[in-house]
This record gives sequence, C-alpha cells and structure tokens, in this order.
Amino acid sequence: MATATKKKKVQWDPADVKAELLKKYPPKVARKRAKQIMINEALENDTPEITANVRSTPGIITMRGCTYAGCKGVLLGPTRDIVNLVHGPIGCSFYAWLTRRNQTDAGLDGENYINYSFSTDMQEQDIIFGGEKKLEAAVQEIYDLMHPKSIAIFATCPVGLIGDDIHTIARLMKEKLGDCNVFAFSCEGYKGVSQSAGHHIANNQVFKHILGEDDTPVEGKFKINLLGEYNIGGDGFEIDRILNKCGITNILTFSGNSTYEKYATAHHADLNTVMCHRSVNYVGDMMEIKFGIPWIKVNFIGAKSTAKSLRKIAAYFEDQGLIDRVEAVIKEEMPEVEATMADVRSRTEGKTAMLFVGGSRAHHYQELFKEMGMKTISAGYEFAHRDDYEGRQVIPDIKIDADSRNIEEIHAEADETRFNPRKTPEQMAALEAAGVKFKHYDGMFSDMDEGTLIIDDVNQYEAEKLVEIMKPDIFCAGIKEKFSVMKLGVPMKQLHSYDSGGPYAGFRGAINFYQEIDRLTHSRVWAYLKAPWQESPELTGAYVWE
Amino acid sequence: MLLRHTPKEIVERKAVSINPAKTCQPIGAMYAALGIHGCLPHSHGSQGCCSYHRSALTRHYKEPVPAATSAFTEGASVFGGQANLLQAINNIFSVYEPDVIAVHTTCLSETIGDDLPQIIKKAETEDKIPAGKYVIGVSTPSYAGSHVTGFSNMVKAIVGFSEKTDKKNGKVNIIPGWVEPSDMEEIKRIAKLIGVETIMFPDTSGVLNGPMTGKYKMFPDGGTTIAELKSTGDSIGTLALGEWCSADAARLLDKKCKVPCKVLDMPFGLKATDRFVDALRTIAGVTVSDELNAERGQLVDLITDNHQFFYKKKVAIAGDPDQVIAMVEFLVSIDMCPVHIVTGTPGKKFEKRIKELTDGEDYEVNVKAKGDLFLLHQWMKNEPVDLLICNTYGKYIARDEDVPLMRWGFPILDRQCHQYFPTVGYKGGLRLLEKILGMLLDRRDRDSPEETFELIL
Repeated sequence: MATATKKKKVQWDPADVKAELLKKYPPKVARKRAKQIMINEALENDTPEITANVRSTPGIITMRGCTYAGCKGVLLGPTRDIVNLVHGPIGCSFYAWLTRRNQTDAGLDGENYINYSFSTDMQEQDIIFGGEKKLEAAVQEIYDLMHPKSIAIFATCPVGLIGDDIHTIARLMKEKLGDCNVFAFSCEGYKGVSQSAGHHIANNQVFKHILGEDDTPVEGKFKINLLGEYNIGGDGFEIDRILNKCGITNILTFSGNSTYEKYATAHHADLNTVMCHRSVNYVGDMMEIKFGIPWIKVNFIGAKSTAKSLRKIAAYFEDQGLIDRVEAVIKEEMPEVEATMADVRSRTEGKTAMLFVGGSRAHHYQELFKEMGMKTISAGYEFAHRDDYEGRQVIPDIKIDADSRNIEEIHAEADETRFNPRKTPEQMAALEAAGVKFKHYDGMFSDMDEGTLIIDDVNQYEAEKLVEIMKPDIFCAGIKEKFSVMKLGVPMKQLHSYDSGGPYAGFRGAINFYQEIDRLTHSRVWAYLKAPWQESPELTGAYVWE
Repeated sequence: MLLRHTPKEIVERKAVSINPAKTCQPIGAMYAALGIHGCLPHSHGSQGCCSYHRSALTRHYKEPVPAATSAFTEGASVFGGQANLLQAINNIFSVYEPDVIAVHTTCLSETIGDDLPQIIKKAETEDKIPAGKYVIGVSTPSYAGSHVTGFSNMVKAIVGFSEKTDKKNGKVNIIPGWVEPSDMEEIKRIAKLIGVETIMFPDTSGVLNGPMTGKYKMFPDGGTTIAELKSTGDSIGTLALGEWCSADAARLLDKKCKVPCKVLDMPFGLKATDRFVDALRTIAGVTVSDELNAERGQLVDLITDNHQFFYKKKVAIAGDPDQVIAMVEFLVSIDMCPVHIVTGTPGKKFEKRIKELTDGEDYEVNVKAKGDLFLLHQWMKNEPVDLLICNTYGKYIARDEDVPLMRWGFPILDRQCHQYFPTVGYKGGLRLLEKILGMLLDRRDRDSPEETFELIL
C-alpha cells in the first residue's frame, strides 16, 4: 500500500488546544466545558478532578444517546431468548433493532428473538387514555404467538409522563402466564444524563428479576462470569474460545450472546470478571454482597491485556494446573499475534490516535494502539463517570447530583441460602498483596501520557477542531462522527460497532485490529482527494495536438 | 432460520407491532430540514431521539448528518423544555452559525405540551435569533402517523418561508417527497431537459450525497436557499410528488400564496414518470425535448425486450406509501404480480389506491396500511413470491424464504449508491429494471440444472 500524503510534523501545546476548543463558546458553556477538558499530568492520579456524568448542554451536538439506549439497546439487547417489548411510539424500538451488531448463536434450543423488533406502537389515544391495556394485550399476544420464557418491557419517554404502571402490568402478566417471567425497566430516555443511567437501571432489574434464581448446579472447575462484554463483531466468541482453551468455564457473559438460563445460574460462578467497568460495576458489587462472589477488572482488548487478564484469573483460583494451562495457551497464541504486531508496527510506529467512545473502550483500545507503537494523543468517554477516568478511589468523593439521584440504588443483602464467600479475608488479602486487586480500577488517566488531552462528552465541534489542529492518523468514535471526520481526510474507525469488522478482542481479535488499523492508516485511497488540475491549476501555455 | 418464531398461521394482532415497516415522525422532519441550505435540524426532546435519528440517517446516506438536541432531563420533562430550547438556540447560533434552525418536537415534548411557536416567539423577543437568521418549528409527535408524516409536516413548515409579491417568477415548484438526493437531482435534470425552471424543496442533493474533498462543511453547498423558498410564493404552480409526503405542503402554499398545485404520484416507473413530465410541460407550456423522448423510448425498449422475464413473476413489497403506490403501478405495467403489499404508515387511501391499481388482475392481492414486516413475511409463507422489494430489514425474510431481495426505500444499511443513482424518471426506471432483471436472472442461473444452464438469456 502506498503512503498517503506527506505529513508535516505538527507541534501543539495542549493548553493552546484547550483554549482553541473553548474560544467560540458562549461564556457559560465555555466554563462548563473547561471542567470536562483536562490536560493529563500523568502523576499518580494527580491530574485535577474531571467533571463527568453531567448533563450535555442543549444545542451542543453531543455524541450521547439516552437512558433507553443504554438499557434496552446496550445491556438487554444482546440476550437472545428474552423478548424485548418496547412500550412506546414505534421509533424507539425501530432504532434499536439490530443496529448494535451483537452476534448471537441461537444454540440447540433455537430460541432467538434478536432479529425481531417488538413494540406497542403507542398512538395518540394511548397517550391520552393510558397505554396499560395495550401493553397487557401486547404481552399476551407475544406469549400466544411465540411462548417465550421471558418478556422484558422497556419504558420510553411518554410512558413515564403518562404514568403507565409497567411494573404492575409485568407482575400481573407473570402471574397470569405462569411459565413466562415478565419484568420491566423504567428506562425513559429523559432519565439521567446519558446511556449510563440506562446501564444502571438494567443492572438493577436483571439483578432483581433473574440473576441467581436457578440453583441447578453448573459443571466446571473454574467458573467465572464475564460482565460488561457485548459480543459486538464476535468479541465474546473469541474470548470464550480462549477461556475454553484454558479450561475456564464462563457461565454468563453479561450480556453478549447470553440467555435467560445463563443469568439465572450466574451465581454459581466463583469469580466475576468485569470488562466494561462503567456499564456493569453495579451488578459486580451487588453480586458480591448477595452471593459472596468477588470481582476483578479484566481487559481482553489487546493481546498483552488479554494475557494479563488470563493470568489474573488463574492467580485468583490459586491452582497450579490452571496457571500452567493459561501460560501454555498464551505461549501457543502469542507467536502469530507477535508476528503480525511486529510487521504492522514497522509501519504504524509513532503514529497517533484519538478515541472518543463509550465508558471503557476509549481506555481499553489504547492497549491495542500501544502494541502497534501508536500514541493516543486525546481520548475521552461519552458517558463515563469520574471513576472511569480517575480510578475507583474517587467514588466516595463523587457528588451525587439530582440526575443521578433519580436512578434507583439497590442495597443488596446477603442471600440467606446462597451467600458463600469464595475466599476468606486472609486469602483475599494475600491475593491483593500478590497483585490480584479486587474491586479495583485505575481509570484512563493513569494510562495516558503527560500532556495528552482527556475530554469528557466531546462534541461534534470539538472533535472537528481537534482533528484540524492535532491531525491524528486515526480517529475513533461512532457512526454519527464517522463521515464528518472522513470528509476532513482522516481515517475513521467506529469503536462502538466496529463498522463491519471484528472481533477485536482476545488474541485473534488483536490480529484483526492491527491489520485493520494498518489498512486504515496506509490506504492509498486518501491520496485521491485532489484532481490533477487542482494540484497544478496554472495553465502555462496552450497544448497543441500534434 | 433468522426469523424462526414467525408462524405461517396468521392471527390478527391488535396490540403488538412486530418488525415495523415504519418509524417515527421526527426522523422525517430531520431529513426534510436537511434539504434547506444552511439549516441545522433541532430535536426538541431527550438526546436519544436526536442520536437515533442521526445514526439512522447517517447509516443510510453514508454522509454526516448534523443535528442538535434540547437534551431534556427529568427536570425539563416535568417543568417543560422552554429553558432548554432557548439555551439551545443561543448556543447553536453562537457555535455552528446556521442560517436556519428547524426545530421539530418528539413524543416527549408533545406529551408535556411544549408550545413551540410561543418558545420561538420568546427567543425572538429575547434577541436570541441574530438578524437575517431564522428558527422554524413544527409539531411531529412520534405517536401519530410515521416518519413520512414527519417529513410532510416539516415540508409544510418550510412553506412558511414563502412570500407573495406582485411579480410571478416563471418557475414551477417541485416538492419531491422523501426520495434519495439522487432522485431529487434527477427530477431537476428532467425539468432542465424540457426547459422548465424549477424550485425544488426540500432538496437534499448536494447535502447528503456530497463529494470527498478533504474539507468538512457542516452546511454543504446543496439545499434550497431561503431566497428560493421565499420565491415559491411567486411560482406559476406547484407539483407535489406523493400524496403522503408532499400534498399537504402544496395545498398550504396554494392557500397561502395562491400558487395552484397538482398532486402526482412519485415518478417511479414509466406511467408515473409520463404523468410527471406531462404535467410539467403543461404547466410551463413547453414542448418535451427529443432527448427526454429518447430516454423514455429506451425504458420502453428495455421493457419490451425483457417482458418474458417479468411476466407473471410474483412480488412482495414493503415501503412508504408514495413509493409503494408508484412501484405497484410500475410492476403491474410490466406484467409482474405484486401480491403482498405492506406499508407501516397509516392511511386508508393507501389500500384503496393499491386495489384500484391491481383491479382486474387475475391474482389475489394482500394489502395493508399500518402493517408490519412480520405480517408480510407470514403472507409470503402462505404464498411464496419470486422477488421481495423492501428496505434492508427485508434481508432477514429474504434469507429465510430464499427469495431475492431488491433493496429499495428507507433505510438501506448494507448497500451503497442509492444516494448517487436515482430510481425516479426514465433513467431511474432503467436502473430499477436492471436490478430486478439481474436478480431474477441470477436466480435462474443459480437454480438451473446443468443441462438447461444457458449462455444466452
């Protein structure tokens, strides 16, 4: 592949960049945004406090979505055998229909509603007179048509306003149907400040209504759950391949390629591993209190992170056989990864990336770029909280504002029969001392270089300015940002849905990602922006046909 | 099987909609607003609506779709969204500097009863709208109609720009409806070919099919300008393409500025294009050029040459009412048999029109307005077809039933070039038939036993 255009080394001072981003804003907006744009000091969490998880400003083109998107779209969407019934006007169900690229294996039972969109399609009379009867009838119709084992009801904006009692309808229908677990999510789009509130609501309801309700034992010597992995582009499949190879039983991936049964039996796991800290740390905490299952942070994005995470899991189980098996798997998988890494790195070394996505991906994917010798010069989350930037130690200091207070906090209690601490306090302490840190996440700041820009809830205007000033070699965000960045002549990779690629997790995923970034940053296609006559527009003399 | 839970047996559903053939009003309003030059669409609701609409439009057009939101939180939902919208207007004019902000509502702001005209008035009196700039607003409750209704409502709001002076401008207004930017471009080309000056609104050509230049223009060169929109009140007439998308706006303009209008079907296929061209030349008093006559002749040529392949082939079709009506007429005109026909958009007139268009044909026609793809699929299980015409969601049905799918309509999420190549007009008719023929003949090549596999078809 030919190298695109020749690039001048651009020098910029982060303080100047920040000033430039804020320059055009009305004073009130500038003051607010100034607290969400940080220059990383990279000194052991000494970077000043970032403002995160606060309202987006009306009129400023945010990348964020809503609570419903976080709840139904992200967390519950990937579970194949729970019918997702959206109670509301048609749009909300339509837009969340298959648009997140969650891959699914329909399994032996074949119960798979992923490809369907169910809605009560509320009409004006439902808004005026209430939609409860229609919702009840819709649940009955779905049951009569398909006999699913579970139906989840999702509230959209108007439902909360008109006061439809979706939880009572769910309870009554569950009783009436007998063999179908019907439960509901009050995930109206206006709640909270972003998708994040929807994650929390989803965690709560899954915890209350399904998790741990089936005591049928699960086979396996080393049983874990993988929380916060959504099998986009098949990431979960690749992680499962590796876990299987290591002899680790993954009971539940919350929620990529998941099933009702996997949720119901998740309490048999002896360890919870957390991928996306933002979206599932709640359930990690609650399961520890209720069942005694500790959680550790893992990251299967990046080959080295994958190896590190596997070692961490093996260390937790304190079993030499597992430790050896994990080492053997890493040894077997790494040569191919390293060969591709070295080859790609010879071309990508020194290049720069920007990542604005999600609540953990903007951090996780920096690992893959590091492996390619690429530097992340600016990054930020779309809907994360301070702890995802600064580390969990700041949680006690986070001010709870009105928007967060509206989201239910469940106070879990130890289950009378099922609570079983997996490790003694002494064992936990010994493991901590050996580097297996529980309930621990350092956040994004600590992994980024000094002088890099960390920007929360970056918006369209700032993204465009950043690209113009800092000229990254690649920009990563979502579909809404994709084409405006590309119009600027900069390669763009979607890290929500991976465009049409993936998997990028695990070892094989790392190889895919190196190759994809190699393609993007070395494509000849960026060299065609100017026509020959635009390159040299001056006519020096008339051409005469001979 | 991807849709393995769809039974063949059809039971009437009253409450649940499964696999919709429509979406909600605001996205249509957003698309229409993008057809005004220098316009930033604004979604007055919670930020998810705006995010979803932008994502869906971006995935279909493969172009940047800027739009802002009032970003309602629980407080705004209780106390009303006035403060949010006022703040948004101020921020938008400061940061993005559009000529126009086109606000549409959502189910949220409609349910709480926000009064857009009053809020916009307040923005005016508080000097939040810079001189020479505009804010227009339209009510688009997601719980009524469909995305098509939202498009139509925004086009009606755009008519608000029209002004009537004493002097006619000699132009014909064309309201193209929710068609591709490429279709809008083609309709303009046809008008030019026969020498008629037109004002098209909305016009997303040059907005949602822009070139790659190395520069990002938030407000691209395309779109109907405010000057043109003002001038629509002085045009000699309006052609509204599509009863659902365009008729209301044309009638409103007639009422407001006495610009006579004619409502036509969208010019997909031979007959609808004939009627469009005929109406255009009649209003403008011009003769149709030889060049366009030749294009028509080419389409008729393709039809007559390939009639054998179209004849009696059964088709299932889902889409928006104006498109589907025109397509059904086209299919019938070439002796294909549209047997299952669904639109998600409500409107009894749809079923009536389809019945008229298929009246006297020797096959049964299933037709439903306010239907869904689940029902269409069930019909196909009961009576299989040779071709499915649908948006990208049809591919799940197509794969399960092993039927070729011609992607047509909105949204197309997995194929390219609809934004560049039109399907309206005679040239567009050629393209539609090329696609249909390709699918039918590819299927024949695939399925023929070796002994009857042929080089020449």
